[in-house]
Amino acid sequence: MRARRILLRLPGVIVLSDHFVLVMTVLYFLLIWAVYPHMAGRRNIANLFSNVWPLLALVIGQMFVLIVGGIDLSQTSIMAVTSVLGAMMMAGRFDPAKFEQNPLWGVVFSEQGGLLAGSGWAVPAAIMVMLFVGVGIGLLNGVAVAKLKMPPFMVTLVAMSFYSGLAIYLSRSENIMHLPDSFIAVGKGTVGPIPSAMLIVVTLAFLAFVILNLSILGRWLYAVGQNIRTARVSGIPTERVVVLAYVFSGFCAALGSILYSARLEAGRPTLGRNLLLDVIGAAVIGGISLYGGKGRVLWAVYGVLFFVVLDNSLNKMPLEFYSIDIIKGGVILLAALLDSLRTHIASRQTAPEGIF
Amino acid sequence: MTEWEIEFDRISKSFFGARALSEVSFSVGKGRTLGLIGENGAGKSTLMNILGGVFTQDEGTIRLSGKQYNPSCPADATRAGIAFIHQELNLFTNLSVADNLFIDGFPRIGRLPFIDKRRLHKRAAELLSFVDLHVSAGTPVEMLTPGERQLVEIAGALSRDARVIIFDEPTTSLTAAERKRLFDIIKRLQDQGRTIIYISHTLEDVLQVSDAIAVLRDGCLVNTGPVRKYSVDRMIADMVGRRIEQMYPARSTIPGSAAVLEVEGVTQPGIVRDISIKLHEKEVLGIFGLMGSGRSELARIIFGLDSCRTGRISIRGKDATGSSPAASIRKGMAFVTENRHQEGLLMEAAVSENLDLPSLRKFTRLGPARIIDRSRALKFANRIAETLRIKSGPIHTQKVRNLSGGNQQKVVIGKWMLAEPGVLILDEPTRGIDVGAKYEVYGTINKLAEGGVGILYISSELEELTGMCDRILVISNGEIRAEFARPDFDQEKILQAAFSGRAGYRTPSDNSGN
Repeated sequence: MRARRILLRLPGVIVLSDHFVLVMTVLYFLLIWAVYPHMAGRRNIANLFSNVWPLLALVIGQMFVLIVGGIDLSQTSIMAVTSVLGAMMMAGRFDPAKFEQNPLWGVVFSEQGGLLAGSGWAVPAAIMVMLFVGVGIGLLNGVAVAKLKMPPFMVTLVAMSFYSGLAIYLSRSENIMHLPDSFIAVGKGTVGPIPSAMLIVVTLAFLAFVILNLSILGRWLYAVGQNIRTARVSGIPTERVVVLAYVFSGFCAALGSILYSARLEAGRPTLGRNLLLDVIGAAVIGGISLYGGKGRVLWAVYGVLFFVVLDNSLNKMPLEFYSIDIIKGGVILLAALLDSLRTHIASRQTAPEGIF
Repeated sequence: MTEWEIEFDRISKSFFGARALSEVSFSVGKGRTLGLIGENGAGKSTLMNILGGVFTQDEGTIRLSGKQYNPSCPADATRAGIAFIHQELNLFTNLSVADNLFIDGFPRIGRLPFIDKRRLHKRAAELLSFVDLHVSAGTPVEMLTPGERQLVEIAGALSRDARVIIFDEPTTSLTAAERKRLFDIIKRLQDQGRTIIYISHTLEDVLQVSDAIAVLRDGCLVNTGPVRKYSVDRMIADMVGRRIEQMYPARSTIPGSAAVLEVEGVTQPGIVRDISIKLHEKEVLGIFGLMGSGRSELARIIFGLDSCRTGRISIRGKDATGSSPAASIRKGMAFVTENRHQEGLLMEAAVSENLDLPSLRKFTRLGPARIIDRSRALKFANRIAETLRIKSGPIHTQKVRNLSGGNQQKVVIGKWMLAEPGVLILDEPTRGIDVGAKYEVYGTINKLAEGGVGILYISSELEELTGMCDRILVISNGEIRAEFARPDFDQEKILQAAFSGRAGYRTPSDNSGN
């Protein structure tokens, strides 16, 4: 009798477990491995993880905004605009044929390279500028949402359109090559045996963990996402908390931009163009709620892992690129469905609510 | 021989092994009014949800006019002629009265998908005149007072020709005149042969309106019988299972002379005018006012949730004019809002996370990193939970959503006790909680006052205020109209003051002709 009860509850326990997505990822990986043995090859595993780090940086930032009940659609455009700006400052030389018509030609950069080209400070300064711009755009988003009470979806959708347009305008649609080696090393190099991208993003994840789980700010973020009116009555500076979430998201987007630009060895005005669905998809797969108030660093990690494994396996299959998108979209939809199922099971384990 | 409209026959229902109803049997006569009473959690809601087709009973049967009745969804209940008038009304405030009345079945032009406006307004006007609501059928519902909206709901039930109408706490937001009108209408509904189930915690109302009473306690029917066998005392004794000799605990302290809260000349156009209040330590100062008198709005201004144009507020001598809730809390203020679900609690969070929310700053270490010392916070939260006897599982895992209303309210009060305030504002602190929990809340308020806290006690229940307060201020139409000190409490005079100066409002005498 008892055994039967435990058995009956087992599916619920697995689905509700914190590690459900990890279990799914491992199962899926094993399944694909059986068909494509080179899935588990050293090179593919390395490639797989190199895709994990920058995406994880973005998802962690997105998670902060999702926790306070918002959404940041402008992350990918922040990547584009910071990628172009950073490259303009530090690139070694510019091809006049491509850039002579540029509005910033002769002001910020010329044939001899960007403003700081050749200087020992070029790379750290460019990185600082990229992060600063990311934070600045996040601040504007946050102020529009928290102080001006504009809907986050609208604010960040417009921001997305504005900044991706700006990135293309600033670069005249050209990729900016000839980035310094020390910048490229940020994305591709290693510190000892550890990839530097991993070091950076693991540090970011640790920081996010400390904020969310141990600090006052973390409790405030969740409280604002669960019920902003209760949060305000309880003395939480709700506007500041919301602004901070968007600022953090902008910071993470800029960090992602640094890692992607370094890997591509270029400042790219279309950087992250197709990444938005990946970011939000990975967050949703991880179980971070689009309704606010729920999300953990571990969930973000699992969501990204699953998404990257899925993406990697689809690339191994003999599929057209558009069918990959169809499958990816389907999986994200399934994850969203599972999320509502999970909520349903969880609520069934508590007393039902009547109309009274 | 009575003709039964509704017969409940040994109804039982459990949720996850917890028995909500066990073998409840009683009947309601056709054209009669049954008063259904019981503490929160006694099973009234479960029983009504079964009648309404929201839940299905585990055992037992229901018969309507002698016929088996097994609703599988709320629409079945509506088809069977059962209508609910809820405490929180279900109207579309942006639509007109007529639209609301016929929203689920507009009269159409022939079989075309167009609304027959003429017929709609004619039928709406007939229904409105039956319920004594003299407004045009085209009036948007948002223009109506809460009492008038309730009449629209009743008219809506009549538009579907409901045979059984269930009222859930219908008088909480009504004025005395509106309440009298409601009782007249209930009488007329009865005369038409409709059957009423009347659920309320206001026992005097239940006695006045009902033909018979049924008392539930812990999922069982305690007793049922004609109304003449019942008194308020007996009803309370039956509901609680013991006699509460003295509802309001005796005050043991005398208010001090030091003012903890001073409000001077606070004005916000259209809301409150020239309000001055002085609250002393160890004092319980009541504020009585009717719906819309500005009583809750005043509290929100004092706490810093809303702004005021002119005036000064100071807490323990420190200026607090125009400060944010965060600043008010730092200066020692606390605010139990009237709506605990929307502004008091994080329903999905654990009890402990609700308790320490306003006081997190007290539990930090590592300076600027503001890391929370969780074990210390939990220790303090546990102490509060014990003091208030919050019935809950382990407080760091138990979600607030799954607590009873009374225990949820204790969590709201507890979270402010943990903040150790000097001034505590309570807005309807016992709304919707049962008699036992009320008694405990009163005791807690007294203890806080003994400890030196000044308490501003806002309530629409006059009896509660006269039982608990040292002084009562009466607010009406945004102004303080009268002040009463404890020996001179006179419910009639307080009510008169509350009705005075209500511009554009019908006074009780205008409506007494019905």
